[in-house]
Amino acid sequence: MSIVTAIGHGPGNARAATSPARAARGPAYLLLAPGIAYLGVFFVIPVVALLVTSLYVPVPGGDVGQFQPAFEWQNYVTVLSTYWPHLVRSFGYALVATLAALLIGYPVAYAIAVRARGRPFVQAMLLVLVIAPFFTSFILRTIAWKQILADESFVVAALRAVQLLPPDGRLTATAFAVVAGLTYNFLPFMTLPIYASLERLDPRLVEAGGDLYASGPTTFWRVTLPLSMPGVVSGTLLTFIPASGDFVNSVLLGNNGTTMIGQVIDSRFFKVSDYPGAAALSVVLMVAILLLVTSYIRRAGTEDLL
Amino acid sequence: MDGASSGTGLSLERVTKEFGAFVAVDDLSLHVPAGSFFALLGPSGCGKTTTLRMVAGLERPTRGRVRLGDEDVTDRRPHRRPVNTVFQSYALFPHLSVLENVAFGLRRRRVAEPLTRAHEALALVEMDHLADRRPALLSGGQQQRVALARALVNNPAVLLLDEPLGALDLKLRRQMQVELKRIQTEVGLTFVHVTHDQEEAMTMADTVAVMNAGRIEQMGSPADLYELPRTAFVANFLGQSNLLRGTVVEGPSVGPGSVLAVDVGTGRRVLVPTERAVRTEGEVLVGVRPEKLHLVTRDEEVPWDVNVVGPGRVTDVAFSGVSTQYQVAVPGLGTLGVFVQNISGGGEVRVGDEVHLACAVRHAFGLDGAEDVASGVAEDGAA
Ligand SMILES: Nc1ncnc2c1ncn2[C@@H]1O[C@H](COP(=O)(O)OP(=O)(O)OP(=O)(O)O)[C@@H](O)[C@H]1O
Ligand SMILES: [Mg+2]
Repeated sequence: MSIVTAIGHGPGNARAATSPARAARGPAYLLLAPGIAYLGVFFVIPVVALLVTSLYVPVPGGDVGQFQPAFEWQNYVTVLSTYWPHLVRSFGYALVATLAALLIGYPVAYAIAVRARGRPFVQAMLLVLVIAPFFTSFILRTIAWKQILADESFVVAALRAVQLLPPDGRLTATAFAVVAGLTYNFLPFMTLPIYASLERLDPRLVEAGGDLYASGPTTFWRVTLPLSMPGVVSGTLLTFIPASGDFVNSVLLGNNGTTMIGQVIDSRFFKVSDYPGAAALSVVLMVAILLLVTSYIRRAGTEDLL
Repeated sequence: MDGASSGTGLSLERVTKEFGAFVAVDDLSLHVPAGSFFALLGPSGCGKTTTLRMVAGLERPTRGRVRLGDEDVTDRRPHRRPVNTVFQSYALFPHLSVLENVAFGLRRRRVAEPLTRAHEALALVEMDHLADRRPALLSGGQQQRVALARALVNNPAVLLLDEPLGALDLKLRRQMQVELKRIQTEVGLTFVHVTHDQEEAMTMADTVAVMNAGRIEQMGSPADLYELPRTAFVANFLGQSNLLRGTVVEGPSVGPGSVLAVDVGTGRRVLVPTERAVRTEGEVLVGVRPEKLHLVTRDEEVPWDVNVVGPGRVTDVAFSGVSTQYQVAVPGLGTLGVFVQNISGGGEVRVGDEVHLACAVRHAFGLDGAEDVASGVAEDGAA
């Protein structure tokens, strides 16, 4: 073999040309190894364990919390027939919270990325304000909301005074408070991806819209919004997915009628030690989210923009 | 806002655009008659794009008015002006297909059958076969043609073209120049065409304005600009010129065919027609185009209407087929360029030969002596 073919530049020697690339894959896999190992240990194994556990049956005559391996499909039927309202409610709350976060987050992101464009200091300050809530624990912040929305709080007093709330109306321990809590807690996850895609938006495209007879609102609708869809899609996913599995907001801000599926799984597991039931519910939740998200991404049709 | 079926005149009246303390466009006035092809030519950063943006409404003039036909549009929003732009950066919408990009303006104005018209416009720029592609998948030249179709399809009263052919290869560029010119004459649109390329400006435009540092140096037909530049910048930027510094020693002679006598150093006198001179007294620059100079080997007797300088020594000979370019160093005057058409075969004059340079008096022009001889030399357009 000549030196030319050996280094892979030989004319018409396709095999010689591809072999360096193949050789380069070894180190690539080596570099990926820690990541693959991490995913294996903390994702694949737990998911398999979850699937297996969800099919266990109680040990006959055994203690509470004692189970043995089985292939009990019935577990799924049982949890679904018992807890489907909680599942539906969770997705309902998550959907409303996601829409609310979108309505609040989009204008905020637009203001930071587009209105404050060219003023990096203002942009940085506003972004810090968006992220600032993360500086304290999210449980603490949710407890703080409990105080803010409490019956004797000034918020409730003010709302009653302007008759937005009937004299005996309350905010805490309502579905409204739960959805508001979800919206508040996941708002940065909505705002930041939208900000990122609006920031990338070429202002010359907006000018081109104006040049081609589109008014400000039309340009927003036909140019800005479609081009920020990747941000909207990631923002809504990052909000909807954790919101539907949330088990804190409903505990702290809701009542017995606002129980969400995360809360059910939590109590199945820790309170009554129904491990197969908790596992089956988790699997159901995962599959449901997977289906919803897949059809959503299909519909959004932003693959070529992502 | 309906697109006009034929062009509208465009006027800028004493327009100034400042960015902070920086003056990008400086007290600029121009008039583009309806249906004409107007070229703005100038080096990078001289304010061409800024001028177009003020016409399109994308930039507000700091001072001055913009008129389309009889209407003052200075305060009108871009989408309300019957003007379309082919942007220097194309600015195609990445989320829309080529076809939908072209149909965008038509849809906004609710024109009937937008897609049919968009297809026609794409066919005009030979891009119809790629109508379903996304712009990101196109080459630079293809994107440029789509941008052209997207603006043209609206039949605007004034079409603004910001270096619309810059990314095309020479062959396609020539082809598109012919095509653009054909469209312009056929439809009667008013074109304002910005370019770096002096040849493009001269071959396509009815009127060329040479811009420099936010001002128009000179405006006129391509032939007028070339034959009679009024500033050193124009003389050097548009083609090449030999400029000699001198002093007027004999004022304008009276009567028709009036001339100035200029001492260009060491007692050598050249004549310049008075009507071709910007100044008729004091310090002046005497200019002549390289192809108007002839090489004369002996100090022969010359008629009165021919200027002769020399002797000088040939320092360089560059043969380019059609013509030969000589560099001749004349002591006290510097190096002068001479283009000689190879009609007689060439090759008689060699490096080191001693020659005289002659040119008809009527081809000389006079500029203000306060100007820099090198202004506009070899800036990007002056190839
Ligand atoms: N928004 C702006 N802010 C500050 N300066 C600007 C702005 N827009 C343009 N300029 C400046 O104004 C000058 C003219 O710019 P312009 O884009 O009009 O140049 P041009 O003639 O189109 O150049 P080119 O041939 O390179 O496209 C440049 O010096 C540029 O830096
Ligand atoms: Mg420009």
